Amino acid sequence: MRVEIRFAGFGGQGIIKSGIMTAMAACIYSGKHAVQTQSYGPESRGGACKSEVVISDDEIDFPKVTEPDVLVVMSQHAYNEYAENVKKGGIIILDPDMIPNEKKLEKVKVFRVPATKMAEELGRRIVANVVMLGAFTAITKIVDKKALKEAIKANVPKGTEKLNSAAFERGYEYGGKIAES
Amino acid sequence: MAKEKTVLTGVHFMSGDIACAEGAIAAGCRFFAGYPITPATEIAEHIAARMPKIGGVYVQMEDEIASIAAVIGASYAGLKAMTATSGPGFSLMQENIGLAAMTEAPCVIVDVMRGGPSTGQPTLPGQQDVMQAKWGSHGDYEIIALAPSSVQEMFDLTIEAFNLAETYRVPTMVMADEVVAHMWEKLVIPPAEEIKIVNRKRPNTPPEQYLPFMPEDDLVPPMACFGEGYRFHATGLTHDEHGYPQTQSSEAQTKLVQRLCDKIRKNADKIVRFEETMVEDAEILVVAYGIVARAALSAVRKARENGIKAGLLRLVTLWPFPEKHIAKAAEGAKAIIVPEMNCGQMVREVERTAKETSVFHLSKLGEEPPTPMEIFEALRRHSK
Repeated sequence: MRVEIRFAGFGGQGIIKSGIMTAMAACIYSGKHAVQTQSYGPESRGGACKSEVVISDDEIDFPKVTEPDVLVVMSQHAYNEYAENVKKGGIIILDPDMIPNEKKLEKVKVFRVPATKMAEELGRRIVANVVMLGAFTAITKIVDKKALKEAIKANVPKGTEKLNSAAFERGYEYGGKIAES
Repeated sequence: MAKEKTVLTGVHFMSGDIACAEGAIAAGCRFFAGYPITPATEIAEHIAARMPKIGGVYVQMEDEIASIAAVIGASYAGLKAMTATSGPGFSLMQENIGLAAMTEAPCVIVDVMRGGPSTGQPTLPGQQDVMQAKWGSHGDYEIIALAPSSVQEMFDLTIEAFNLAETYRVPTMVMADEVVAHMWEKLVIPPAEEIKIVNRKRPNTPPEQYLPFMPEDDLVPPMACFGEGYRFHATGLTHDEHGYPQTQSSEAQTKLVQRLCDKIRKNADKIVRFEETMVEDAEILVVAYGIVARAALSAVRKARENGIKAGLLRLVTLWPFPEKHIAKAAEGAKAIIVPEMNCGQMVREVERTAKETSVFHLSKLGEEPPTPMEIFEALRRHSK
């Protein structure tokens, strides 16, 4: 079973890191095969960027995403670019404050997580990507919660573990609620 | 000086660039001179952090011309040395790559290929430098070039590159692409004692009898290092066994330059590496390398599921080119597809080698490598 996930937004939001942490959680902490690839512009910060993860029970030959099962998106520009590319029956998780204009999409489930606002409430806007990861984990159940928390711990700067853990839990709780309703 | 471990035995989740840096360190590289450039910057960044902690040297040079010059100097001083760059830097290095070939300085050059020509597309992948790797400097010489297609191979083939450079005293290139370099994947680093390490041949003769460019049976001369009491001359000019310039002698030119080519050509069977998947009964073949080989593998599997007898020959060494094996694999095939992220480079070698078989190029430029579906469609089209 091959699952394709695309994280997209602009450089500086932690999009690339989100993909790395998700793939690492699946690979190192869940024993599956996983690979992360990325694409960004030469300006790095502020430019469009995407981070793609393939998770599979079998060895992964082609590591790039062609038709994602899940799109986690945090900017209008990225939404415009990738929203229509999601597989039929797939999932879009988006930050509605960053994406005021949505398209009419058929055969795709959309979940709205105000991750940036929630991160600001926690004191640091920069952890919005981790809030999103929490929601992603609860909504999709593709990667085990414990595994993702381990991967986050291994990747965030020393001294920010508590904040990131709180951000993840906040997103996880919110994602669990909207997935049920 | 605080010492860190040199071989980070264990299971890691790492990027290709960092795996390459760790492979170099595991191979015994203790000198890196470079100039940062996307998408190879992370190699320099990681090595800069690691070298001071393991007794090695990292120098950020003023440009790539100086970088390769410093690498040649370090090699002659006895260290295993490396630089890493991308297309624009690789172009600047070409003159001194010729110097490394001419002076037979073992060294490793990593080129993480992005879209060219010129500054092109810095953050996007390419395979446009593969001919430049072979022909980039002037004059006749041979080099060795390897093409990794996974994070694990960024580690393994960087070690292999050092081993080959040391064995044949030749500049050896790791021709990676942006996808493989920036990709994160599992990397298993074995225990240090399980990693095969080759060091250059040293002279058995006392200094006064040493002829620095006198080859042995394998066409490679033993190498003394500067500062060890072996006083000798190394020059980019055509030279004799003593290392002294021979600018007017046709005999010296023929002898030296022919040997620089032959030491690789005649040892090609020992150097060449490739990987075959379902080639034996294949009626249609894909020849691919780097990240594209992974799309090709997926396509070949899909073709088999659809009743097309497809096979994949993945090039691990680009240079020397595995011509005998391509020719043999081509015998039973009616067509060969060569997908590449360029306008047609290695395909020329395949055409030259598989003369009786129709060869088709599948070019893809820009952000994404060819997809499995695109290669599968080509297989379907040409298998009819």
